[in-house]
Amino acid sequence: MWRYLLPVVIFSVLGLFFLRGLNLNPGYVPSPLIGKPAPEYELPKLKDMTSTVGSADYVGEVVLLNVWATWCPGCRQEHPYLVELSENSGVPIYGLNWKDDGDKARAWLETLGDPYVATAVDATGEVAIDWGVYAAPETFLIGRDGKVLYKHIAPLTPAVWENEFLPRIAAGCAAQPCAPLTNVR
Amino acid sequence: MIPELGQLALAISLSLAFIQAIIPIAGAAYERADWMALARPTAIGQFVFVALSFCVLANAFLSNDFSVLYVAYNSNSALPAVYKFAAIWGGHEGSLLLWIMILAFWTLLVAILSRSLPEQLVARVLGVLGIVSCGLLLFTLLTSNPFERLLPAAFDGNDLNPLLQDPAMALHPPVLYLGYVGFAVPFAFAVAALLTRRLDKDWARWTRPWALASWMFLTVGITLGSWWAFYELGWGGWWFWDPVENASFMPWLAGTALIHSLAVTERRGLFKSWTILLAILAFSLSLLGTFLVRSGILVSVHSFASDPARGLFILLLLGVISGGSLVLYALRAGRMETEGGFKLVSREAFLLLNNILLVVAIMAVLFGTLYPLFLDAMGLGKISVGPPYFNTVFLIPGLPLGLFVGAGMHATWKSMRGETLIRKLAVAAGFAVVIGAVIPWVAFGSASSLTMVGVMVGLWVVVSALFDPVRRLVSSSSSSMPFSLAQWGMTLAHLGVGVFILGATITSSYTIETDRSARPGDRWELFGYEFVFRNVRNFDGVNYRATEGEFEIRRNGSLVTVMTPQKRTYLVQQNPMTEAAIDSGWTRHLFIALGDPLGDGAWSLRIQYKPLIRFVWLGPLIMAFGGLLAASDPRYRSRQVTSRVKSRPVRVVGETV
Repeated sequence: MWRYLLPVVIFSVLGLFFLRGLNLNPGYVPSPLIGKPAPEYELPKLKDMTSTVGSADYVGEVVLLNVWATWCPGCRQEHPYLVELSENSGVPIYGLNWKDDGDKARAWLETLGDPYVATAVDATGEVAIDWGVYAAPETFLIGRDGKVLYKHIAPLTPAVWENEFLPRIAAGCAAQPCAPLTNVR
Repeated sequence: MIPELGQLALAISLSLAFIQAIIPIAGAAYERADWMALARPTAIGQFVFVALSFCVLANAFLSNDFSVLYVAYNSNSALPAVYKFAAIWGGHEGSLLLWIMILAFWTLLVAILSRSLPEQLVARVLGVLGIVSCGLLLFTLLTSNPFERLLPAAFDGNDLNPLLQDPAMALHPPVLYLGYVGFAVPFAFAVAALLTRRLDKDWARWTRPWALASWMFLTVGITLGSWWAFYELGWGGWWFWDPVENASFMPWLAGTALIHSLAVTERRGLFKSWTILLAILAFSLSLLGTFLVRSGILVSVHSFASDPARGLFILLLLGVISGGSLVLYALRAGRMETEGGFKLVSREAFLLLNNILLVVAIMAVLFGTLYPLFLDAMGLGKISVGPPYFNTVFLIPGLPLGLFVGAGMHATWKSMRGETLIRKLAVAAGFAVVIGAVIPWVAFGSASSLTMVGVMVGLWVVVSALFDPVRRLVSSSSSSMPFSLAQWGMTLAHLGVGVFILGATITSSYTIETDRSARPGDRWELFGYEFVFRNVRNFDGVNYRATEGEFEIRRNGSLVTVMTPQKRTYLVQQNPMTEAAIDSGWTRHLFIALGDPLGDGAWSLRIQYKPLIRFVWLGPLIMAFGGLLAASDPRYRSRQVTSRVKSRPVRVVGETV
């Protein structure tokens, strides 16, 4: 008799795994950079290609590095929220313009607003490779010690900011006081 | 207004499916002929209304009705009309409607072609198909309505994914679904047999053509998908062991096991509970594929936009349909076995081996596919399982399977003397071993032992399949019985297996891939050909902009062909697409894909030389043709035996055997 029961038993075990699996996100891969020193770079500035911007510009600060491009629909989606964050959150945002057309990128900031302290131009994508970027938009949170605290793939939203970014920034600021933080909705 | 009619038609189909699911099965249990008689009309009605709803969606696509959300997402006014039609199954909602449409179509065929079967069986088979249909219609109406409105309407649509704007891809889903969903019919026969507590040779004879037909479509569908991946994805591979490919491959393996096991049940009345289990397994694996593709539970290149609510619904459906049938199996299957023996050397024994090996193969593929999920669910980390696992593990059941196919074809039922079999096949085996060892060296100058084994096994299957037909041709006036269609089908299908093994072995072993950069005007030698990069030009297609490179391929100074690989940017979605140029041939394919511009007029190129890759698709097509011949065997249409069964009083049919 038991051998006729075996199929339904195996099936039930599989079913339990599937049920559990529905609540997991298989596409989420934690970045190996988290807790490690952020990669260094120095690249031309988007708005003034003769000067440069790079990791040396935010030593000792808590900052966001946002990877964007004009060809990326998700970037357009998150852009208004980035502008809002740049005005209200107190956390400086640096941009990394990834494999993009310089003129289009400048026009984009012109029309949609510029949330970035400065945007680095990564035309070949080599710096993005160092950072393990695989799908714009991506936003990195970098701590005072220059280590990567968090990485978010996909457009930044108020919920993500509140649940993932703010607690990590607050934890960093408890050790060493930093500028006042506000929740931006 | 018209799209709402489509939704209404679906709702009417659902109510008909409810009637079809409940009343005929109850009628069969209580022996009420009037209740059972409802099965056919509801099945036909259901088909009519599902088809109506399908036509409404087709109309919305062809008339650019961007007030329908699904149309706005998957079509565009500039899309060629053929692809507007194919866009019906370009997304989740529409492909689900296609699923339902094909299920309704198979159900209709069962209703029409089952006139000679006992009414009780027909009522139960159609009832079970009604249950499946109910589940899927509910799923569509509750979570995935293709007729949902977009107000205000979009000015233009978001366009069909450019990857799908391709003839093979337009055909791939319907053919694949005809196979996958077709397994619902053997499944329904299996559940009906469990409900009836009766399974005899007639049952196997009725079920077999349905299983063969579904298997044939699935074979062609998978082949189309593989061919598409080869020339469209631009990587030059033909099988990637992607979860979704595996999701179609597992039902195929189960279906292959099923058609072999059905042969034993039909001829010898053995393996009954095993056959039933395989029928349940084949359809459950089809449903599992639907679940894996649409729930977002695994990472795959094919996944639809996933939604956990949808995942939960399909899981529930899987639980009811597969879980329910397996419980029924646990309760009833034990009483179905009949005694009957066979010897160690007999066709039954070979078919048993075939079944065991195929199930091992299913387990290996299932385990590899779900392993990332198992680990993740137990919090043990994130991994992915790739081709190295599958390619290695699949050889374990694959190689012996190839060996036994060659021998099993020539074994007789019940028993035969081992010496007879060996004497018959010794020449074939010797030929395969010698030629298999020599050919790779002569043709390619080198060979690993695995390559030689692969070629030997492939040749062995081919020679063994051709053995009887050729012998017949040679001694034309022999007194032996003519080949039946079923025998021709078996012979051809196995020939296809051999052809596939040869193609897969050679192309995997001797493919040469090179990536290089080149400027127009460059010329170089590769694989014994001279490649001349003539020029690069830009032009506009119907709904895309393209950059096309022109390459002359010369051999010994004379022109072999001109190849024009393209990079396309589709205007609406702005996705860059690679259209590789392929020069096909019986002995080899040349493959050029145009990469990115590298500056200074240089381009990155991917160039491949793929020997014998045509056999990889030719083999399965021969198999499918064999399946078609086998399914058309006249004995599945004869009515002599069935009319005897039909004339029995209903009461007797209900008794156990």
